[in-house]
Amino acid sequence: MAFFFAQFLTGLANAAALFLVASGLSLIFGVTRIVNFAHGSFYMLGAFIGVVLMDLLPGHVGFWGAILLTGLAVGLIGALVEMVVLRPIYRAPELFQLVATFGVILVIQDLALMIWGAEDRLGPRAPGLRGVWRIFGEPVPKYDIVLIAITPVILFALWYLIARTRLGVLVRAATQDREMVGALGVNQAWLFTGVFALGSALAGLGGALQLPKGGADLLMDFNIIGAVFVVVVIGGMGSLPGAFIASVLISVLNVFGVTYLPQSTLVLMYVVMAVVLIVRPYGLLGREEVAGEHGQVGAPETPIRPYGPKGMALVAVLLALLALLPVFAEPFVLTLVVDMVVFALFAASLHFILGSGGLVSFGHAAFFGGGAYAAALLVYHTGTPMELAFLFAPLAAGLLALGIGWFCIRLTGVYFAMLTLAFSQLVWSLAFQWRSVTRGDDGLVNIWPAEWLSGDITYYYFALAFGIGGILVLRHVIHAPFGYALRAGRDSPRQAEATGIDVKRVQFAAFALAGAMAGLAGGIFVFSKGSVFPTELEIAKSFDALIVVFLGGVKTLAGGVVGAGFMTVVEDWLVRLEYWRLLLGLVIIAVVILMPEGIVGTLRTLWRRIRHSDEEAV
Amino acid sequence: MNLMRRTVLATAAALALTPATAFAQETIKVGEINHYKRLAAFAEPYRKGIELALSEINADGGVLGKDLEFIFRDDQGDPAEAVKIAEELMTRDGAVMFTGSILSNVGLALSSFANEKKYLYLASEPLADTLVWKSGNPYTFRLRVSTWVQAAMLAEEAAKTDAIKYATIAPNYAYGTDAVEAFKTNLKMLKPEVEFVAEQWPALFKIDAGAEVQAIERAKPDAIYNVTFGTDLAKFVRQGTDRGLFDGRPVYGLLTGEPEYLEPLEDEAPEGWFVTGFPWYGFEDGTPGKTFVDAYEAFTGETPKIGSLVGYMTAQSIAAAITKAGATDTEALRMAFEGLEVENTPIGTLHYREIDNQSTLGAWTGTTAVEDGKGVMVDWTYNDPAPYMPSDEEILEMRPAD
Repeated sequence: MAFFFAQFLTGLANAAALFLVASGLSLIFGVTRIVNFAHGSFYMLGAFIGVVLMDLLPGHVGFWGAILLTGLAVGLIGALVEMVVLRPIYRAPELFQLVATFGVILVIQDLALMIWGAEDRLGPRAPGLRGVWRIFGEPVPKYDIVLIAITPVILFALWYLIARTRLGVLVRAATQDREMVGALGVNQAWLFTGVFALGSALAGLGGALQLPKGGADLLMDFNIIGAVFVVVVIGGMGSLPGAFIASVLISVLNVFGVTYLPQSTLVLMYVVMAVVLIVRPYGLLGREEVAGEHGQVGAPETPIRPYGPKGMALVAVLLALLALLPVFAEPFVLTLVVDMVVFALFAASLHFILGSGGLVSFGHAAFFGGGAYAAALLVYHTGTPMELAFLFAPLAAGLLALGIGWFCIRLTGVYFAMLTLAFSQLVWSLAFQWRSVTRGDDGLVNIWPAEWLSGDITYYYFALAFGIGGILVLRHVIHAPFGYALRAGRDSPRQAEATGIDVKRVQFAAFALAGAMAGLAGGIFVFSKGSVFPTELEIAKSFDALIVVFLGGVKTLAGGVVGAGFMTVVEDWLVRLEYWRLLLGLVIIAVVILMPEGIVGTLRTLWRRIRHSDEEAV
Repeated sequence: MNLMRRTVLATAAALALTPATAFAQETIKVGEINHYKRLAAFAEPYRKGIELALSEINADGGVLGKDLEFIFRDDQGDPAEAVKIAEELMTRDGAVMFTGSILSNVGLALSSFANEKKYLYLASEPLADTLVWKSGNPYTFRLRVSTWVQAAMLAEEAAKTDAIKYATIAPNYAYGTDAVEAFKTNLKMLKPEVEFVAEQWPALFKIDAGAEVQAIERAKPDAIYNVTFGTDLAKFVRQGTDRGLFDGRPVYGLLTGEPEYLEPLEDEAPEGWFVTGFPWYGFEDGTPGKTFVDAYEAFTGETPKIGSLVGYMTAQSIAAAITKAGATDTEALRMAFEGLEVENTPIGTLHYREIDNQSTLGAWTGTTAVEDGKGVMVDWTYNDPAPYMPSDEEILEMRPAD
């Protein structure tokens, strides 16, 4: 019994930092609707700044003073980021801002490396709180007890701020209806900045508070972000008490998981999240999202039309050029184009459900990697001929999408996104831990194409045929009646239902098709690289696709493809430089600010404007 | 219209990326692929080790009358990206061979690529033993000491005590599982009565140290085998020390004594653990090890890490192989690496085994202590790997026919 209690205390102490970071994210989302991926970076900044300040300020006052100052400093950085990066793009399509926050992550990573160097920093101990107290005979670190005592205080302070102050009233009002708050004369811009600063400050506090239990290192931003999102989603996006309950739940479950199921450390929280979302689609204390809430901002979109004859002809000419490329280009260019085609098909398949279906998936890598793994497993274990294994890739990925989609499709918005993420993590952990079949992160190697395809040029044509073919199929489907039904369901589910479209079913089918196409990309990928590893199933892979779709332009036909091409080329150039993450981050932020409709969308608008003024002149 | 623009972009990019490669070959180039950003703390000392060796080699006239040059490329820790870069190094940059990678999965992807494209790869730092054994191939050689050998050294020491019940803690990925498996197998061989009462698998760099310590304590082991490293190790040591987990229990730590992991712990470094590591501070004057340490400190102004040593010996090995081959084509280099002897390395003469392409770099073992507020290894020895290797028959059985 004493042991159980001690475990419970460990869980509660772990919940402290997690709750601080998660409450900040939840606040930011609640008010600004920004899914802030950079939140982990503020946590990391908090840790590094905390270490520096604690070195400068000695003693009890110094330690606790340093933590408060850290919160303040990170809050200011947050305000700066909000004003410079996010403020210009609040009117962009929904979730577009997450691309900008991704750029912020890259910039902060490189800056932190420049300022603090690569080596891990051990966190200073809290003065007078080294060692343990014995509770029922079990040792419990003193600092854990302090953390357990602090957390409710912070929860109470936040609750007071939100429930009892004027600022809190405004924040709650903005959470419910920000347009209305703006209409009533509240300066939204400063409200948003304030909330973003507060949320960042909380993340910074969390980073500083955990120092006596750990330290500061350059990987901690990515290492915490998954857990933080899980907590916010389980609690219900925007709900502070929810975030508190969820952080305690997750932390305590983790502690018991470590003891009774030591292998479960990778997936436990994602399993919990999946279960919670399936039972309660809006988290424990979240409220149902009002339809259209994050939806259309700005002018209603003109429906996408197929290209006219001129456009078709040009596409054909350029495809022919691509086909002739091997005649004059060196081998490496072919490799690069194959990579580009793979990524373009992967992005196009995500763009298909995201743009035309309005379904934002955070777990699309499950199908890309799933397809790659399906083919590789067949080759590796049964020696299946490459041609057959290749065909199996889209098939298996499509089936996987049917399975995952069955659970996810009933959810909407961010909750849909998070459930897809949870499932993709499950698939990842399966590949990672089922070592007897998948070889874990040793991966499956020596998965090369069949003899007749193994030449650089032959495989180039093979990849081109299937990659471009897949993209054209997706394009065709968008303009087929099925595509129109899908778009109707996105724009107005009710009217679509009324005209006899089974919206969920159409979305389900689209999800499966997108999965199969991602799997096809995975198939081309695995035989071009000769190996596959669980990295292809990671969250980062899903986000790669997400980012290029947004960069290219969600509301356009070629957004995913153009974004993928742009990103492949820019990355290929930039990674040759020392501070490529900083530069890539700045490029992403610049594109986001200058082209809020995405690359294709903004070019299209420009083109129309030019043509329009020409007509006037005539 | 938009699709067209995409294609224009792709083609333009492809064309723009076709710079002149026809520069006269004034240097001999070697590709080096690593995770310079993602694992900066490990990759930077490694790179400096290479740069030190290059400055010495080129001051001595280079190889085959030309300067040796490394092309450093960042793969973001992504196996697919690494393979793409390897392709570029081979087909465009004219690198005669390539090396690099710390992460095992990237190493394995590169090794598979090397075998398919008949391009020579020296796996400098990856730890996975499958690189030279189960997935070994003729085009992959490995420098760094194998996990199996280091675990066997610790098991040998562990078998000397009367501890029967062991707990293990290792990061939850292939390296951790391999390291635990190797320790268990070796220890059971030496002492069949041992039992393993707890196996903990924290997620890499996401350890819940308090919970792990409680779980191990609950199993009441006689001794502990640790594979965690980096921030996980720091947290584990802190919680374990605070909660008294290590009191009266021998602890065996794989890699724990490497400066990369021991230094950040400062005065909280664990004391009395038996570990593998790199006690550069204990090298005596006049030894090749000390010469290397002095040169490194003079060259970089920093103290060396184990990565520095590996980087230094990587460049030395490649220079020796090119010199021995007398040519730079892949087949000549591959034949040169078979049974290659590299003289004057910090550990004396280094040898690449013909049977499995593994180098004979050994490992230092010793006991941790805190001196002047810093964690160090004391009573250390350098151990040759040969006695700890699996037998030749076992290796031949594991290794696919070349």
